[in-house]
Amino acid sequence: MTMQPFTQVTGPAVPLMRANIDTDVIIRIERLTALPKDQLGPYALEALRFRADGSEAPDCVLNQPAFRGAPILLAADNFGCGSSREGAVWALMGIGVRCVIAPSFGDIFFSNCLQNGVLPIRLPLPQVEALAAQCADGAAMTVDLQACTLTAPDGRRTAFEIDPLRREALLHGLDDIGLTLKDDALIRRWQQQDRLRRPWAWPA
Amino acid sequence: MARTLFDKIWDAHVVRDLGDGWALLHVDRHLLHDLSGPPALAEVAQRGLPLHDPQLVFATPDHAVSSQPGRVASTFALGGRLHGALKRGTAAAGVKLFDLGQPGQGIVHVMGPELGIVLPGLTVICGDSHTCTNGGLGALAFGVGSSESTHALATQTLRQHKPRRMRIRCDGRLADGVTAKDLALHLIGRFGAAAGVGHAIEYAGEAVRALDVEGRLTLCNLAVELGARFGLVAPDERTIEWLRGRPYAPPSGEAFDAAAAHWRTLVGDEEAVFDREESVDAAAVPPTVTWGTSPQDAIAIDAAVPDPAAAPDEGTRGAVAAALDYMGLAPGAAIAGTPVDWVFIGSCANSRLSDLRAAADVARGRRVAAGVTAWVVPGSENVRRAAEAEGLHRVFEAAGFAWREPGCSMCVAANGEQVPPRARCISTSNRNFVGRQGPGARTHLASPAMAAAAAVTGCITDVRRLA
Repeated sequence: MTMQPFTQVTGPAVPLMRANIDTDVIIRIERLTALPKDQLGPYALEALRFRADGSEAPDCVLNQPAFRGAPILLAADNFGCGSSREGAVWALMGIGVRCVIAPSFGDIFFSNCLQNGVLPIRLPLPQVEALAAQCADGAAMTVDLQACTLTAPDGRRTAFEIDPLRREALLHGLDDIGLTLKDDALIRRWQQQDRLRRPWAWPA
Repeated sequence: MARTLFDKIWDAHVVRDLGDGWALLHVDRHLLHDLSGPPALAEVAQRGLPLHDPQLVFATPDHAVSSQPGRVASTFALGGRLHGALKRGTAAAGVKLFDLGQPGQGIVHVMGPELGIVLPGLTVICGDSHTCTNGGLGALAFGVGSSESTHALATQTLRQHKPRRMRIRCDGRLADGVTAKDLALHLIGRFGAAAGVGHAIEYAGEAVRALDVEGRLTLCNLAVELGARFGLVAPDERTIEWLRGRPYAPPSGEAFDAAAAHWRTLVGDEEAVFDREESVDAAAVPPTVTWGTSPQDAIAIDAAVPDPAAAPDEGTRGAVAAALDYMGLAPGAAIAGTPVDWVFIGSCANSRLSDLRAAADVARGRRVAAGVTAWVVPGSENVRRAAEAEGLHRVFEAAGFAWREPGCSMCVAANGEQVPPRARCISTSNRNFVGRQGPGARTHLASPAMAAAAAVTGCITDVRRLA
């Protein structure tokens, strides 16, 4: 499975400005036990998007016509906290999300995004809020990973930071396993030495 | 340069420095369960890759297995499918599986330490965020997603960025009736659910040293609810004695002594500097319970739930109002006295023998209140057998609790066992998220003794008042 490369994305940014949105809320556990990874989109954020009777929640921003299929998600602190389920990323991809911008992320969710070609960008809350205000009517913004810039609907450009190794992997859709196996001789040598150093760490 | 314990264990596992804080890190133990295990095993098989070191991988079904007495794999049909996939996948890959009914089966984070699969100073991963539990033994343990799990199966390593280091010192001793769970909830309430994001947390101080190993596992279990991928407690003589004689620990004698000698070196340097330091007065920690839909919504048992009108800003006001609405609580109401419909004693936070003893002490000679459904789900087959050998199941059954089979059960509700919509559950688990225990379910997190106290009184109760 090769990761989809990420270079540039332009489109509406849906503002979901609530702190601590957890991965249980992003995708319910029973959807993961019942469905393959490419069929999770309809259930992404279902507790917010749908009412108890299954009908759409009319006041949910995700249901507004301007934001359906929005490739960018704006969020508040600690987005994707909680469970390690990678299905949270697959579910967001299933509704078209390619980039999430928030002040902070759950650590495992952050890693899982990078494993799937979804770009998580950390930006101070006031900046995310400013973007949310500008994007409130569905105006498009642009995320450029090559230049590491965000372009707001008013044309103003902001730089963002991303780890160089991760940027490289995202830009080229690099496969981590392939990269690591190039170091297999090194791994096996480390293991050989460790068996001498810590024999107790190796099950009989 | 002075190093923290976290740095020392991390550095000892770097196979290659990848620069910019990244390392190719060796994985000493990889645990698989029925939910995240099968897709990772299928992915490596599909790529035509062998498992790099199947002897370092261990598996058990826990998430989607029924906890119904007398259960088999197919009792919960969807879970039966996942169980079958785990069984076939591990057999094909040469991975040891602890299957239903066998000693060793159980919640991964309960069975790993219990069997001595997890040891101090090891790196341990699992496709589960509560893998940080194992840090209670002094292991560098962290949760991963499916892709990272696949990577580790194929290479026995992970490409990881070193987190920042945080220490939380808990001075003084916990008061009577106050447990590791209360301390953990108190810390989350005080510092917030995002306090540990990007950090590895080392818990230190007199109160932590005074905890038994199972209490340390509970404390580290909730590190991820503080936002941290890692929780860690330095191993000590208590840890070493707890591990002696466990089936996968080094055998007693020379091998164990050599390991113990290494474990005694696992302490941080005095002068080591943490990126963030916090401290609390453990003696002042009260029995603690959550009122809302984030573990940070934790308050003392004698406190009142917040009033949105008193919130400092509009964002908080909205969040508090939404949580109160979901939880069916009135602004400013006392949390004690809130009636409960369900009681769940179990999960990787609190399902070990000491947890069940604490709950049984409260249940003994009392009756579950009318209208309350109370479940006890032991964390592992070994815990179940040990509890039954002590007669704890009889205590629970005599009091009207259901005594069930080991697994994750109603903590994550992946096995069809759900709290009904709008029903209120006091739970010894670790997450009170919207819908966590079932759509519309209302969860209050608490210690095993507090959960048992709520079961016998029918409402959220200060367990110290029952004594």
